[in-house]
Amino acid sequence: MVNAKINGIEIQVEKGTTILDAAREKGIRIPTLCYLKEINEIGACRVCLVEIGGKKNLVAACNNVVEEGMEIFTNSPKVQSARRTNVELILSQHDFRCATCVRGNDCNLQRLARELNIIEIPYKIEIENQPWDHSFPIIRDSAKCIKCMRCVQVCDKIQTMGVWDIINTGKRTSVSTVDMQNIEDMDCALCGQCITHCPTGALRERNDTVKVMDAIMDPDQIVIAQIAPAVRAAWGEGFGLSTEQATVGKMVSAARQIGFDYIFDTDFSADLTIMEEGHELLERLSHEKDAKMPMFTSCCPGWVRFMRSQFPDYVDNLSTAKSPQQMFGAIAKTYYADILGVTPDKITCVSIMPCTAKKYECAVPQVNDSGADRDVDVSLTTREFIRMLRAAQVNIDTLEEDAFDEPLGIGTGAGVIFGATGGVMEAALRSAYYFVTGKNPGADDFSIVRGEDGIREVTVDIAGTPVHAAVVSGLGNARNLMERVSRGEVSYDFVEVMACPGGCAGGGGQPIHDGLELACQRGQKLYALDKGSQLRFSHENPAIVQAYDKFLDRPLSHKSHELLHTRQAEWDL
Amino acid sequence: MSRLTVMTDDRASSTTLTLAKEFKQRIIASPPGVCLVEMQLAMLKVCHAQSCGKCVPCRDGLGKLEDLLEDVLNNRATENTLALIEKTAKNIELSADCAIGFEAARMVLVGLDGLQEDYISHVKHHRCSGSFEQPIPCIDQCPAHVDIPGYIALTGAGRYEDAVRLIRKDNPFPVACALICEHPCEQRCRRNMLDSSVNIRGLKRSAVDFADLDSIPVPPKAEPTGKRIAIIGGGPSGLTTAYFLQLMGHQTVVFEEKPALGGMLRYGIPNYRFPRKRLAQDIDYILKTGVEVRLNTQIGRDISMEDLEKEYDAIYISIGAQTDKNFDIEGADSLNVISAVNLLRDVGLEKRLDFSGLKVAVIGGGNVAMDCARTAIRANAEKVSIIYRRQEKDMTASPVEVRGAIEEGVELFTLQAPLRVEADEEGKAVALWTQPQISGLYDRNGRPKSNKADKDPIRMPADIILVAIGQDIESEQFEEQGISTKWNRIITDEGGKTTGNPGVFSGGDCVSGPATVIKAIAAGKVVAANIDEYLGYHHEITVDVDIPSPLMNDKLPSGRIHLTEREACERKNDFDGIENAMSREETIQEAARCLRCDHYGCGVLRGGRELRW
Repeated sequence: MVNAKINGIEIQVEKGTTILDAAREKGIRIPTLCYLKEINEIGACRVCLVEIGGKKNLVAACNNVVEEGMEIFTNSPKVQSARRTNVELILSQHDFRCATCVRGNDCNLQRLARELNIIEIPYKIEIENQPWDHSFPIIRDSAKCIKCMRCVQVCDKIQTMGVWDIINTGKRTSVSTVDMQNIEDMDCALCGQCITHCPTGALRERNDTVKVMDAIMDPDQIVIAQIAPAVRAAWGEGFGLSTEQATVGKMVSAARQIGFDYIFDTDFSADLTIMEEGHELLERLSHEKDAKMPMFTSCCPGWVRFMRSQFPDYVDNLSTAKSPQQMFGAIAKTYYADILGVTPDKITCVSIMPCTAKKYECAVPQVNDSGADRDVDVSLTTREFIRMLRAAQVNIDTLEEDAFDEPLGIGTGAGVIFGATGGVMEAALRSAYYFVTGKNPGADDFSIVRGEDGIREVTVDIAGTPVHAAVVSGLGNARNLMERVSRGEVSYDFVEVMACPGGCAGGGGQPIHDGLELACQRGQKLYALDKGSQLRFSHENPAIVQAYDKFLDRPLSHKSHELLHTRQAEWDL
Repeated sequence: MSRLTVMTDDRASSTTLTLAKEFKQRIIASPPGVCLVEMQLAMLKVCHAQSCGKCVPCRDGLGKLEDLLEDVLNNRATENTLALIEKTAKNIELSADCAIGFEAARMVLVGLDGLQEDYISHVKHHRCSGSFEQPIPCIDQCPAHVDIPGYIALTGAGRYEDAVRLIRKDNPFPVACALICEHPCEQRCRRNMLDSSVNIRGLKRSAVDFADLDSIPVPPKAEPTGKRIAIIGGGPSGLTTAYFLQLMGHQTVVFEEKPALGGMLRYGIPNYRFPRKRLAQDIDYILKTGVEVRLNTQIGRDISMEDLEKEYDAIYISIGAQTDKNFDIEGADSLNVISAVNLLRDVGLEKRLDFSGLKVAVIGGGNVAMDCARTAIRANAEKVSIIYRRQEKDMTASPVEVRGAIEEGVELFTLQAPLRVEADEEGKAVALWTQPQISGLYDRNGRPKSNKADKDPIRMPADIILVAIGQDIESEQFEEQGISTKWNRIITDEGGKTTGNPGVFSGGDCVSGPATVIKAIAAGKVVAANIDEYLGYHHEITVDVDIPSPLMNDKLPSGRIHLTEREACERKNDFDGIENAMSREETIQEAARCLRCDHYGCGVLRGGRELRW
């Protein structure tokens, strides 16, 4: 243990504790900007500066440790002055037209400037303007970049994709894609983790809300929304609602005020995915010699893009089942169009997803099978959804409970947990057990696949057959696993991979809370919803049973193959 | 008003002078990895600030060059811009009235040529050709990339054995480098921006002196692979490769033509600079990894290259540069004209030398010449003179060596080109005739040429003439095996692969020409990795030493601790080590001067320490 003083308060901390952690432990505030625990501890912004008794130079609190006998001052005049100047310098290169910035509500820089009472910048304002293709799902606005290097580090260290880099040195130092390549030509998985770790509005998703409003305003269009499982665990964060307040019913009620004609649940198509993918797994297991094993889940387009660019030899190991988003679109514009008695082109299908890669997925030409232009016309992130709710002047305080429309609004607890890492695996195992034995297992029998570790390996027993499974989240972990798979060091039957750490709950389209990783907490909400569900098995979803009865025939039927399966190897990247 | 005034120091000009001196230090310590075009623009701006403003080319032209360089850096340039820069600079160089202008333009032209790749990258790709991987200066400048901030911190913390273990991750010759490394690591030490570089070699010396070296176990070795590698030459490069390959699980066999290992460390560097018992500390440790050694074994004489290629899975040729450059002046074949290589080899073989009552002339201005001269002093010569064709400041020997030699009584006789050796009727040398020289224009390497002066030759009586004009490589027999050479140097790719059979690698002096021990070690490290890879493995070398957090020192200018030497009058009488190590007090203070660029600055982001290789 080390003894020291912070602002005159005696502290005792473990050797190796940073000044920042020591102060926070005592409730002493030290502002930070570039700092991200364990990801970006580089002391670049010089905002977390503190003064050390007897020392002339200020030091960064984020990456210097408390020494024995040290006297730390977190808010001395010297500190205040330097901290303020540094923020002024950062602002002098930042486009602070905050009124139209997507991060207007949750910008760390803006908060800091206000906290430090900065109302005038004494320096010349010089804004950098790098060109960018605004049709790409991820938008980078160099005018707002403060060169904190977080995106570089997240992409390198967590996702191992190395899309971002620092270019040039000295006053021309900037952030860009590696070698300033066109982003479209790079292997970006579109996970959006750079966005959720950006302290400002320099990175955001492409704004597709206008397209949605245009469709809603078109009297000839029936606009239907599907809302992904993970969205319900996070939408309330945009309004400061607690878990209890942010119910699914209120979410539906709020969404209705945007003007959608029908509001459906992606849980429905998650259940459908389980029906198809579960049977596909059993089929592959029964033809183990000819089938490509292990089978990998395919519902995460970030992961599919990763596989295509990084491990192309394994693309055929991906389940051919489409993702819930795309199954929903295919069903909405065929089965449901029939129910409504309209042609598919009259329907605009909007998905609300925790994800930036879904914008890409719905635009892949090879994934559209309903006969309309696109099965899913527009994919919005949770953040865009929240912005639309605000624009619709939704009064959160007066929202009533509402329910999804039928039949595509009926989902099970198995569908809900798709939004958490391990959820697809668990839902699939629940139904696979039933498909093999004709009996339901206990709904929580496979909860062993849940957890926070980035790579989890389990062997589960399905009626005497051991299934070797792995659950992975985060592309760095995925790379690690794939390298071991390709070296033959490990072998599995079934592997679930989600590109974002913690799965869709931690998706790149989710609300941003600087410095907080909420995937796990949101995942817990999804597990609680599952626990409280009447229906916890995909195959018991009455809407699914009906859809097979009336339209699809049976899992892996000809019709299913036509509408619900795809060959990822053929996708345009 | 006085008719004339006495010049006095005013505060402004003395401040400018001080800042200029500090700026020079700063430029020397320029961090590796920054944009070089940006640096050139900055230098150009300094040049322009020096312009008096009288003449058009300098006053206006330099400004236009600045604009054009700004265009390059701001992505507004085309190839026409580069052409205009060149044309403008050439005209300024031709037409400026004084050095402020024409020298500024010349520097731009030198940069335009030498940094061509960077310029084109900016124009075509709008970015620097370098990346942001700005390495830690000392680690980057060390050819073997030893974790210098790491071992300095460990040494400062009194963890000497850990410091040595950390060094050995990249360099199995910690003791040799502690005593005789040329320490390129210190060149760009960021401390230069503040006062002067950290005494890195001195701190390494403290680590190896204070550590209980015998207590350090050999690192764990990988599973035996069954592969056998022949290493030709038991010098620092060969033994480095052997050490790392042993750790990787391979079996190495070192073939050494001399009766003991060490190469130039033993047969080129005299004991007083590197005591043999200290050399043994490194070699014994390396051998503990299980290296097999065949002494007195010459390739081509005792075993053929063909046999080696048949018996071994890979071969490393690290034969060094063991022979002399040809010395051909009249009388060069006289008795008592001795080559430096032969003299130092005899010393290495522990032959007793006695030059009592003899006058010795040493030809050459490099470190080897100093070694010969100081050896002659220790052999009790009556008089020792160094004959050098240029001036003292042009000598390639390190200034410390030159000063040490002078202190011990060596005389420098400079601007003298050897003309002929005069011999008596028995053929024994009696004098060296030299031709006085005049210092002239600079050569391509930036050293003034020495030209024949209009003066008569001088006769210098000399009983022994020691020739230290450079070493050469005996590579003919390898050339016969299909391994390409150029000027006797073995040609390899940057990974050490020769043009011979696929498994034949080479490195060290025999590839680079005579160079430093750390370069030889670095080549050995590189080749160890590449042989491992060639054999189909990917063993990694690492060490489990945690590096202490940086101390929170104020970065105030403070004096560098220099290593002292034994008094000249005493040390010149024996071959014992001459250099004194730092005390523990000095060690702690000097270690605390390290600015810890591994933690502060860009090292913390990227380009930081390599934990494994």
